Amino acid sequence: MLPFTIEKATSIQGAIAAASSGRRFIAGGTTLIDLMREEVERPEHLVDINTLPLSDIRIEGSDLVIGALARMADVAAHPDVQRLHPLVAESLIEGASPQLRNMASIGGNLLQRARCPYFRMLDASCNKRSPGSGCAAINGLNAGHAIFGTSNHCVATHPSDIAVVLVALEATMQVRGPRGERSFPVEELFRLPGDTPHLEHTLLPGELILTVRVPGSPYSRRARYLKVRDRASYEFALVSAAAALDVGGGVIRQARLAVGGVGTRPWRLGAVEKALIGKTPDRKVFETAARLAIEGARPLSGNHYKLELLPRTIVRALEMTGEAA
Amino acid sequence: MTTNVIGKPLPRVDGRAKVTGVARYAADFNQPGQACAVIVGATVGLGRVTGIDTGPVEKMPGVIAVITHRNAPRLPYAPHKSYIDPATGERLHVLQDDHVRFYGQPVAVVVADTIEQAERGAAALHISYTPERPIIDPADAQALPVVPEAGKQPDARLPADTARGSADSALADAPMRVDEIYEIARENHNPMEPHATVAAWNGNRLTLWSKSQFVVNEQAEVAAVFGLPSENVQVICPFIGGAFGTTLRTWPHVTLAAMAARQVARPVKLVLTRKQMFFMTGHRPRTLQRMALGATVDGKLTCIVHEGTGETSRYEEFMEALTSVTTFLYSTPNVRTRYRLLPLDIGTPNHMRGPGEASGVFALECAVDELSYKLGMDPIDLRRRNEPAIDEGENRPFSSRSLMKCYDLAAERFGWSRRSPEPRSMRDGRLLVGMGVASASYPAFHAPASARARLLADGTAEVEVAASDMGPGTYTSMTQVAAETLGLPVERVCFSLGRSDYPPAPSHGGSWTMASVGSAVRAACLAVQKEAGKHPQSGRPIEAIASSQRDPDAAARFSMHAFGAVFAEVAVDPDVGTIRLRRAVGAYGIGRVVNPRLARSQCIGGMVGGMGMALMERTVLDSRDGRPVNAHMADYLLPVNLDIPQLEAHFVEELDPHVNALGVKGLGEIALVGMAPAIANAIFHATGKRVRASPIRIEDVLTV
Ligand SMILES: Cc1cc2nc3c(=O)[nH]c(=O)nc-3n(C[C@H](O)[C@H](O)[C@H](O)COP(=O)(O)OP(=O)(O)OC[C@H]3O[C@@H](n4cnc5c(N)ncnc54)[C@H](O)[C@@H]3O)c2cc1C
Ligand code: SF4
Repeated sequence: MLPFTIEKATSIQGAIAAASSGRRFIAGGTTLIDLMREEVERPEHLVDINTLPLSDIRIEGSDLVIGALARMADVAAHPDVQRLHPLVAESLIEGASPQLRNMASIGGNLLQRARCPYFRMLDASCNKRSPGSGCAAINGLNAGHAIFGTSNHCVATHPSDIAVVLVALEATMQVRGPRGERSFPVEELFRLPGDTPHLEHTLLPGELILTVRVPGSPYSRRARYLKVRDRASYEFALVSAAAALDVGGGVIRQARLAVGGVGTRPWRLGAVEKALIGKTPDRKVFETAARLAIEGARPLSGNHYKLELLPRTIVRALEMTGEAA
Repeated sequence: MTTNVIGKPLPRVDGRAKVTGVARYAADFNQPGQACAVIVGATVGLGRVTGIDTGPVEKMPGVIAVITHRNAPRLPYAPHKSYIDPATGERLHVLQDDHVRFYGQPVAVVVADTIEQAERGAAALHISYTPERPIIDPADAQALPVVPEAGKQPDARLPADTARGSADSALADAPMRVDEIYEIARENHNPMEPHATVAAWNGNRLTLWSKSQFVVNEQAEVAAVFGLPSENVQVICPFIGGAFGTTLRTWPHVTLAAMAARQVARPVKLVLTRKQMFFMTGHRPRTLQRMALGATVDGKLTCIVHEGTGETSRYEEFMEALTSVTTFLYSTPNVRTRYRLLPLDIGTPNHMRGPGEASGVFALECAVDELSYKLGMDPIDLRRRNEPAIDEGENRPFSSRSLMKCYDLAAERFGWSRRSPEPRSMRDGRLLVGMGVASASYPAFHAPASARARLLADGTAEVEVAASDMGPGTYTSMTQVAAETLGLPVERVCFSLGRSDYPPAPSHGGSWTMASVGSAVRAACLAVQKEAGKHPQSGRPIEAIASSQRDPDAAARFSMHAFGAVFAEVAVDPDVGTIRLRRAVGAYGIGRVVNPRLARSQCIGGMVGGMGMALMERTVLDSRDGRPVNAHMADYLLPVNLDIPQLEAHFVEELDPHVNALGVKGLGEIALVGMAPAIANAIFHATGKRVRASPIRIEDVLTV
């Protein structure tokens, strides 16, 4: 681990100023410290933002507003979240481990970095860690890697669970930087790797995430998150799906579907959503629609199973929307 | 007088020390003036070191020394082998030349005032190599199997080839046949406590506070490496935070700690990282096994052919009991076994809980299960039909064998009668439910051991043995044996272990500690009582040392093994393929149970290990350079609390007067052995899909 300095932020403005002059925010530290210990991340100066008043969880009208510093565990356990947006709680509980969820913040979660093993090994080539060095995963072990949004430079998935849900529910985020505040859909936070896989998000230098806003919608309570993995807890998704259906008069009026573990960013499946609209919510319909999910997929040597697992996960998640959590 | 403490479910005598943090593990023995060492591992899988740029690192803050093959002392490395070292080949001579034999092999050590400075220096050290292509993949065309040297003699403990009758022609003639290949993944032990050594020299004497399951051998090994008389080396290890076999051998990091301490003339502490524990300290070898069974239509086994190959390193031939159980588990006139090794560019594997047996029994018990479906016969009935009266491999009786009693007990507790035989016929809502069984077996070993007992004037007793306690509860069980033998309440007995200057004990592995050390403790207590009889009321402490070994007559007459039956129930999601163990029941015949609470805890732990083997554990190597890509506790999956369902362990009454005076067989390994095949068989029953490679994962059962 390289030496670094750390200072506590005393105000939002001060934190932004510090970050604009080259300091890195640190929240729970579960991504950042972990990677600093491996010398994958090498910030020289940190600004601790845990002192900032950004951990509120509140309901505004029908929207759920989550402060960037709210801990995963606290959001998951919040009665309003469980009542109005059970999908959000479900995806958080499925993530990481209890100890990590107690530390990890929502803002940090969205900016967590790739779980690709080569990214974490300084002696492996990895364009994300050191641009231009190559990608060890493309011709290496890539069972956990993406089938959508990949490039010849990087094939790592975005590992967050809650991000998949936020993309499905069309959540937005509020950020503030040296040039003021702005708000945009969470989906626009994530970049595709292209030929710059080291650039992962669209925040401008010094920008601080303030809140995430999940709009209330007719389907927020008919929504489920299914995370498929070999052990019951403490494992990232092989494939996951956040599904929400608005059913009225026996037909699907609107559908939302995003998937994880398959894309270089949380992957919204518009074509599948469209195929569901106007149909009766039954297994046949789900299966037909889910087949569209793998269109355009580019499997790697080790992850062909995702072509089979993805549609099955979608079908099951859609089915689960009709069942209680 | 007897206090009847053997057989009582006493809580651990060291439990309080452990939960209050008083118990000290190797890395807790900080010494005054201590420096810290960090190992730098090779980043190529094979080749030579061509350059090491030590200059810049030597100038870094706090760095005291950078030791490489260029400046390391040439160590004597006198010949030394214990029975836990591979019989053939030579141990890695660390920092003695420029060869890189496997990824991660130590190529330098950075010593600094603090751990952070040493880590920093290690990360900054630039090393160049001329790499060669390593052979990592067992399927590589250039990977060629060899006959293990130590298995060539017909009387070898692990013979390369055995045969009775003519198995191959019986197989060709058999009306019913199973002939399949089974694959076991590489596993790493992954105990909680990392390997650690604190080394301190005083002139020509060396003290090592070092994580070891075999302190007297660590003493002998380090003495041989440094060319010292054995008595100049003292190894101390009172507590171990789990090991599963990984600290049976003395690995090169112990040498490096001692070398560094001598180089910088200060005590040195060296703790391996979790990542280093994936390539520097052994692993369960990958194995490939052909298992072929022939049977009559009514389920009488006519032959077994078992051919297994295990990976090893290029410099040592690691052998394990892969094919042993096959020769005696079933009654059949024709058996042929073959055991080969596949040298690869990897570090030497070593014993991991249930070494050999766990992998071999997986193949055998899955194949027997396959046969039961072909025959349309209940898998327990099939086993009952082929239950031998004697060990047909050695042609002598078992000292005791309670396998069928185990099946009866476990079947009843498990509710086997509720199973419907057809695969895919049982459901719970949407989920496919499956039930499977498998037998378990492990030898009832017994090695020579010794102990010292001392009676003090205040009416208490002290007992000392150079044994270890990696978690099974040696402290407690030995206290019970001593208390019972001496007729004292347990509070009056103080049992100590983990020092190489105590009377020698065998390695703490192979499930033989209770039998071997327990017998020695009993012998020492009897001896000290006899001594006390000679000097009544002397007022001074009375001491006696005694040793014990298995009665050679009994050893010659009987085949001695523990047996067990394991039942597992799984649920498989037919849509997305998730496999979850729902419950498991094991029944074991292990002779006398000294402490049922500890025994149960041992069994539950072993069953969890078997569950890991069946469903999760595997170290994945990148065949381009041999690096493990999941050398991280988030990526090397082993069961977490949410995965582990209700596990039951039962013990059948088993009186075995032949194994040893205590009548104990040991149970550390057997508890792992049958679990993985029971789960694999349950998965087949649930899904109708036979997966013949461990671990069995979602990908494997997704499509039928
Ligand atoms: C072993 C392990 C398993 C895990 N499993 C899962 C899992 O199954 N599912 C899952 O979703 N996640 C998982 N995680 C990831 C975990 O959820 C994230 O590490 C965590 O959410 C990050 O939050 P943090 O507060 O600790 O972020 P930090 O580590 O403090 O920060 C992460 C990054 O975000 C930046 N940052 C933090 N807050 C802000 C802000 N308000 N504005 C701008 N930038 C900010 C930091 O500068 C840094 O670059 C796992 C992590 C580990 C270590
Ligand atoms: S997939 Fe991306 S993160 Fe992984 S090695 Fe390639 S470039 Fe690096």
